[in-house]
Parts: sequence; C-alpha cells; structure tokens
Amino acid sequence: MSGPLGAGASVTALPAAGPSAAGTGATANGREPLIVIEHLVKYYPILGGLLRRKIGDVKAVDDVSFEIYRGEVFGLVGESGCGKSTLGKTLLRLQPPTSGRATIGGEDIFSKQGKELKRLRRRMQIIFQDPIGSLNPRMPISDIIGEGLLAQADAENGWKDRRIRDKRVEDYLEAVGLRRDYTRRYPHEFSGGQRQRIGIARALALDPEFVVCDEPVSALDVSIQSQILNLLLDLRREFNLTYLFIAHNLSVVQYISDRVGVMYLGKIVELGDVGALYTQPRHPYTIALLSAVPDPDPRVRKKRIVLKGDVPSPAAPPPGCRFHTRCWLRERLGNPENCVTEEPPLRDVGPGHRVACHWAEAVPEDVVAAAVPAVPPPPTGPGVSPVPGSGSSAALGAAASGGSGSGSTATGAEAP
Amino acid sequence: MSDQPLRTPATSRVTALTDTAAADYEVALESLNQWQLAWRRFRRHRLALVGVAILAVMVFLAVFGPIIWPYDPLDLRRDLPGPQGFDPIAMPPFGSDGAGRSVFVLVANGARLSMLIGTTTMLIAVTIGVLVGAVAGFFGGWVDNLLMRFVDLVLSIPFLFIVLVAARFFGGGELVPLILIFGLLSWPGLARLVRALYLSLREQEFVLAARAVGVGDLRIAFRHILPNAIGPVVVSATLIVANAIILEAFVSYLNFGLKAQDISWGNALARSQERIAVGNWWWPFFPGMAIALTVIAINFLGDGLRDALDPRAKE
Repeated sequence: MSGPLGAGASVTALPAAGPSAAGTGATANGREPLIVIEHLVKYYPILGGLLRRKIGDVKAVDDVSFEIYRGEVFGLVGESGCGKSTLGKTLLRLQPPTSGRATIGGEDIFSKQGKELKRLRRRMQIIFQDPIGSLNPRMPISDIIGEGLLAQADAENGWKDRRIRDKRVEDYLEAVGLRRDYTRRYPHEFSGGQRQRIGIARALALDPEFVVCDEPVSALDVSIQSQILNLLLDLRREFNLTYLFIAHNLSVVQYISDRVGVMYLGKIVELGDVGALYTQPRHPYTIALLSAVPDPDPRVRKKRIVLKGDVPSPAAPPPGCRFHTRCWLRERLGNPENCVTEEPPLRDVGPGHRVACHWAEAVPEDVVAAAVPAVPPPPTGPGVSPVPGSGSSAALGAAASGGSGSGSTATGAEAP
Repeated sequence: MSDQPLRTPATSRVTALTDTAAADYEVALESLNQWQLAWRRFRRHRLALVGVAILAVMVFLAVFGPIIWPYDPLDLRRDLPGPQGFDPIAMPPFGSDGAGRSVFVLVANGARLSMLIGTTTMLIAVTIGVLVGAVAGFFGGWVDNLLMRFVDLVLSIPFLFIVLVAARFFGGGELVPLILIFGLLSWPGLARLVRALYLSLREQEFVLAARAVGVGDLRIAFRHILPNAIGPVVVSATLIVANAIILEAFVSYLNFGLKAQDISWGNALARSQERIAVGNWWWPFFPGMAIALTVIAINFLGDGLRDALDPRAKE
C-alpha cells in the first residue's frame, strides 16, 4: 500500500538505509560486539514484617546473556513487567545490578565508580519513554541538554565555557530537527514529538556510541511515532550509533531492529535476526505474540493464539520453563514433564537464532503458518519501505511513509 | 573538539528543511519563563492580591512608622491630647492610655519586631527543613531513617512547653535567642513535606536522565529537584511566618518573651491585660488586629503562591 503522503525525496532514500539492508550488512561484515551482557541478574528485594526484613525477591531480570553488535539496532520486546526496561536501566548503571557482567567495547560497566563511571557515561546514553516526565519542567532547553555537557566538561572539550556549550546545544537541536533558537524555551512550550526530539538531543550531545531507547515512541501519536523512528534511524547512520531498542509494540520493533530478543518474566526466550524471528518464530510465546499483531491487510487471515491466564508474579516465577503455565505447545504435546522440572537453556536453532524451549523443534509448522501468515508481498510503491517478511510490515509501511523522512515534517507540523 | 560542525550531509538536509519551514511558519510566539507565568497566575488570584496589599501596609508601618511618628512609645512625658478615650481624628489615631502612651505608635513600632521575628524564623526553619528533608528524601535508606526519627523526636516534645522553658532559660528576653528557639523548633513539618516531595520527584525520569549524563548527586538534589519542590515549600514558608508571629505574641503575652522595653505586637497585647478589665478596649484591640490581619494576609498570599507556582497549572 502506498503511503498517504506519497513519495518524497527523503522517502525514496529511506529503504536504502532501511533496517533490512543495514541488518544483513551487519551480519555479513565480521560482526564486532559492542555490548556483551553475561548472566545479568537484577532482583528487587521485597521487605516485610515488623523489622522490614527481606522476605523475597522480585526477579525482574534473571540471568540474561546476549550481545549487541556495533552499529545494529537490537530490539527487545515483551509484555509490561517482563523486565526489559529494568535491563536497559541496569545496563546503564541507573540501578545497581544484583550480579552479572557487562562490557561496552571491552570496558567493564559494572565495576566502575566515581570519576571512571562518569567518564563511562559518555559512551552510553538513554532516551526515555515519557516525553513529559523526562524533561525537567523548571529548566530551559539550553540547560536540559547542557547539564550533561557541564557535568562532563574537561580541559579537552572546553564544555565549562557557556558559549561553547550553547553552541553545541544548538548544533544538536538542529540535528534532531528543531530550531536553533529554541534554547531559551521551557519544555511545556513544546509538543510531545518535539519533546522527544529534545530528549534525543540530550542523549546524543555527549557523543555516545550506545543508546538505550526505552520505549521512545510508546507515548506518542502514531504519525509522530514514525517521524521519531525515522529520525532515530537517520541519527544512527549519522553518528554511528548502536541502539538497544526497548518496546512492547512488535511492529515498531520489527521496523527498526536488525535483531530482536523476546523477554518473558525476566528471561530472554527467543533471540534472532528480525527476519528469521518474525517469519520463523520458534518459541511458543513468540508465536502467540506474533499471532496477536493486527494486520491491516484484509487478505491476511490470522489464527490468533490466545494465551490463558495472567503473567505469573516475578516474585515467584514458575519452576522449570517460566512459560509452562500458559504454554499452548506444552498442552498440545501432552504436558511433557521436563517443562516443569527443567529450565530450558537458550540454545541455537539456526544461524544466530536462539530459543529457550525444550520443544522448539516440535512446533507444528501449520500453527506457525496460521499465526504468522506469509502474505503475498504488498504492491511496492515508492513510499513503502520493504520490511522483511511478514504481514505486519504493511502497518509500518504506512507509518513510515507518513513520517516521510524525519526532518521534513519536523518543525512545521509540530510547532506549538 | 566541540565547536567543529556536526558530521554529515543528513544534518544539512534537516537544516535546509527547517529553515525554510521556519521562515513562513514562525509567528513570534511570546516565550514566558516560569516566573513570568507564575506572576500571571498570581495576578488573577484576588485574595492573594488583598493579602499583598495588607502586607504592604504592614511592611510600610514596620519600615517607616517609627520614622514618620518618631515618638518613643514608652515615653510617658510626651504631651498627647486627651487623657483617655478613643478619638480617631485626633492624634493618636488609635487612642492612648491614661499615662499618655500612644497605641498607634506602639503598633507601628511593634510591626518591626513582629515581622522581623516572623521572617527570620521562617528563614531558619526553611533552611533546616529543606536540607534535612532533601537529604532524607533523596538518599533514602538509613540516612532517611535517622533523620526522620529525629524529626519524630522533635515533634513528639510538647511544643509550647519546650518553647516556654527554652525562652525562660536561654531566651532571657533577648531577640536573637528567641528567634533561634522559634526557628529551631519550626522546621520538622517542613522537613517532612520536603522529604515527601523528594521521594516522588527523585523517581521522575528527568532525574534518571540527569544521572545518566553524569550529573552529581548534590547537583541533582538541589539544582534539578529543588526547583520542582519550590511551590509547596514557599507556601509552607508563609505559614511559618504567620505561626511565628502568633507564637511570639503568645509567648510574650505569657511574659516569657521579649523584655518590656522591646515593643512587639505580642508585648503590646501583654501590656494591655489589665486595661481590658478597665474597659479600654482599644488598648488590646489594635495590636490584636495587626496580628490577625497580618496572619490572614500571609495565608492569602500563601494560597495565591500555591496556585501560581504549581507547574501543572496551565495558561
């Protein structure tokens, strides 16, 4: 389907930079991991009783290991409460980890303290979900973006000097598609999309290599979402960034990611290239999730797999496979015992494709085909970005062309 | 280096587009800062304006009263018209007592000390309260526990008892010890308020963002969070001023306060005790009115400030 805005110069430019091309590119040229996470654990203690002693743990992130390659967008999806945001924040040292190891470009993240930690923060930044709460309502934009520069000032960069700082703030406002003279304004004078751009400028002003995007578009209007997504993709190219993109919207993740990890109750249950994961999902949870993605193409007939019950409490996750209480596959297979007794390891099932399920090979192909139908490719117009594979690409094709390149609609459409 | 241009052609594309878009889009929008907006909201608050007007009169009395009417309020030899009675036209406008002392001069002089006590008490209490509350709320954990138990302790002591005892033994009728006593006993409520504000504000994403870019703890606590807590703090500060004025009147009335030759509204009230029985109502009436009006005015002002400083308020 062709986008409502039709073709524009920047639209045709998009597919080339699109995620599929970048994804395969990254896969081909000897991938160098930028972030390596090993056995990351984050528990929150539950205090109770008269003496406020620890009576348990909320297992927000429980033994997660994976790596993010330089230059890629790693998408992390899961229901709310599955620990994906906690993972991002722990990785950035915004919360202390319970145990585990993580490195950025070989540099240990969790052992740093004081000056070293501050220095490390330049390498990794975060973009938040809430465009209102993430900007200090009492600060002008120049300070919101400039505070990081001031904190990181040293003899080399000269950021102590207000003029140098202001210049840099303006440069980055421009880079995210805002006017240079917005610096004296306050957050309440901007729209949601503009505020999100300010948050992006703040993160990028420190020239990081790695950016955690913590649901950066979930709070935005759909048309603005695509603008911000495209802006993020543009900026990745421009500044050689690597993203950990956290979201609960599968279509958004599919659009922006090169590789995707699916989280359930603090664990990664499936991980793989975006194409493989969206067309050949191997974990029953992933399949159920994908079957629930609405498809605007009326020709697509999907068979939804409805999961029973609620997500169990992360304070008392089920033994064995955490998903077994709701697993449709286990039911089909006649409730095999090892689902309850044995925790499935995250194991390879294909090139770069890992799944944490004892019975991944037993997934019936017809169920996958019904849940994630391979649609005839939509008529390719200039406004459609060729997202690999599945039906839901149509939804984002529309969204992408609606955005039609980050910069063009930026200032005009959203000015207050 | 920081002033080198950003790296890529994509930037210039963005620039070009925004520039053209901006050219025909920008309508000189009036950009107001937080204080201008707050002032705008404050102006619409009628009662607050009334409060400001009353306070202005009181401050005027406090500052210029003794200069315009340069009489020693305790001077008995001064030649004042009329031995007794209330004659608003004649000098003194608030009447005089049998000895020829002017009630008006007394009230005008008392404004100085009463307002001084109110504001300095407030400054001391706000300084301690904000510091304790901010540290407790921001750092949490055992620091919070320790500080808040101390607050509980201060609050658990019978307030008037401690004020009276302290005023008698450490005050000695002097101004500075009295202010210190008031200030050191007035902060716990504010500390609790500030702590509660910090507990919620420190979880905001803008605090996480500041931490992520490497801003230090102290700067986050006082430069990033405190401005967001300023509204409730200002409001409660105005109430501390009002309370301190009442407290001083009360303590002085009980003869635990200032020395007789220091004129405050409380002192003036205290001195009028025996006159009430005689029927000279104007003797206690005017100092009492001054206290009541000032306190009400300050409360109005606090009300207006609360509305004006609420960042959620629109317009």
